[in-house]
Amino acid sequence: MARYSAFSIFRNALSGQKNWQRAWRAAEPKPSYDVIVIGGGGHGLATAFYLAENHGIRNVAVLEKAYIGGGNVGRNTTVIRSNYLLDGNTQFYEFSMKLWEGMSGALNFNVMFSQRGQLVTAHSADQLDGFSHRANIMRLNGIDADILDRDEVRRLVPYLDFSDTARFPIHGAIFQGRAGTARHDAVAWGYARAADGHGVDIIQNCEVTGFLRDGDRIVGVETTKGRIGAGKVGLSVAGHTSVLGAKAGLELPIESHVLQAFVTEPLKPLVDHVVAYGADHFYVSQSDKGGLVFGGNLDGYNSYAQRGNLGVVREVAEAAIALMPCISRVRLLRHWGGVMDMTPDASPIICPTPIEGLFLNGGWCYGGFKATPASGWCFAHTIATGKPHPLIAAYGLDRFRTGHTLDEAGAGPSAWLQ
Amino acid sequence: MLRIECPCCGPRDHDEFRYGGDASVTRPAHDDPDPEAWYRYVYVRTNPAGLHREFWQHVTGCRQWLVVERDTRNHAIASVDLARKLSARKLPARKSPA
Repeated sequence: MARYSAFSIFRNALSGQKNWQRAWRAAEPKPSYDVIVIGGGGHGLATAFYLAENHGIRNVAVLEKAYIGGGNVGRNTTVIRSNYLLDGNTQFYEFSMKLWEGMSGALNFNVMFSQRGQLVTAHSADQLDGFSHRANIMRLNGIDADILDRDEVRRLVPYLDFSDTARFPIHGAIFQGRAGTARHDAVAWGYARAADGHGVDIIQNCEVTGFLRDGDRIVGVETTKGRIGAGKVGLSVAGHTSVLGAKAGLELPIESHVLQAFVTEPLKPLVDHVVAYGADHFYVSQSDKGGLVFGGNLDGYNSYAQRGNLGVVREVAEAAIALMPCISRVRLLRHWGGVMDMTPDASPIICPTPIEGLFLNGGWCYGGFKATPASGWCFAHTIATGKPHPLIAAYGLDRFRTGHTLDEAGAGPSAWLQ
Repeated sequence: MLRIECPCCGPRDHDEFRYGGDASVTRPAHDDPDPEAWYRYVYVRTNPAGLHREFWQHVTGCRQWLVVERDTRNHAIASVDLARKLSARKLPARKSPA
């Protein structure tokens, strides 16, 4: 694998930029691998990379049913933050943030990680107290967090509604300066290229249709490109975890729901941070091309359709204009949907499974992108050693049985929306 | 938009309805002491990519609870029925008090 550098750009300029190599090989499946990772999204590719990089396991295949970066890794709103309250989440997401900070160098691929800062507005004194609690927990864990009063918020983001007629007046905000965004396609491509550089086979257009068993043990997969043997299989297909889990015989506490994302026509620089609305479900950042990228709540019913409904478009637009009246005349360029694994406590599931040889990474709800590097790191450790990485000890499948749910959503453990 | 054929009100936009989740889970008997049965009732879902039986309540219409069979891949609705009609069929006939 040729290294990318300023010098390589210069050298290739001499030949008209025509001699660049493929970023990764178009691999065809071998008869068997030590580890097969199902799902060529960010998490699956990161898992394959860290299996090779951290554990020396290089006889690895990533099977992707369509193309790399076409699923949720390319459908999110690219927000990265580590402002979590509950033990188990706080440390995991901060570890992820540290990996983000070194990612472009580690992968030799510019993922355009931009630590522009993220703030969540508070709309009552009580909400600001809650944010202070969260900020204190973050600081005790060595994570940067600041509480801003109304005037400080106004200086930072003057375009929000600070008028006397605001339906939910802004009292303050919680701010994390190290939070930000990254280019999500580059994350998929960067991990794919780096994993390929370690000898990992990335096999696209290869859908897993079933599992091969030897007694109770999983020893491979049936795919649209034939049977492939495997010492271990890692499932990393958030959105469709129930579908593949059912083929393996796993019963899961997951519902699939559609979450929509939106982008407006390009504007001149307006939103310098990631801004989340504390009075409704709305979060926005501005892309390098100038479009406002934002999202809101789930569509609200089980769905595997990668597109959403108009009711939610209206709700998200209402929230957007309540927070930022200045964008009421901006035109929406595109909106799209991704399929989310929703778990009852809004926390992910990464663990060995009761089925020997099968490991599970799913249930990311709508927060999987920011977790990409840590998820890959910890899942690779779990697959390589057979034991959960200490950072994901709280993400076991058993927690629902034993009552140790990790209810970060603050809604109480419940099946979704019932 | 989904259009749900309400048995009382006719075809209506799904924005008039509240979603009630998977209608195929069955509640264990009230005195069932088995935690596994309650775990499955509260948490485990088949979550199919295909036909899904689910509850919807017509909150801004007749307020009836419905059971809808819908394909989760393309939202095609195969059937709609009143939830009470379906549950009445399942429940044993109630004895009149002595």
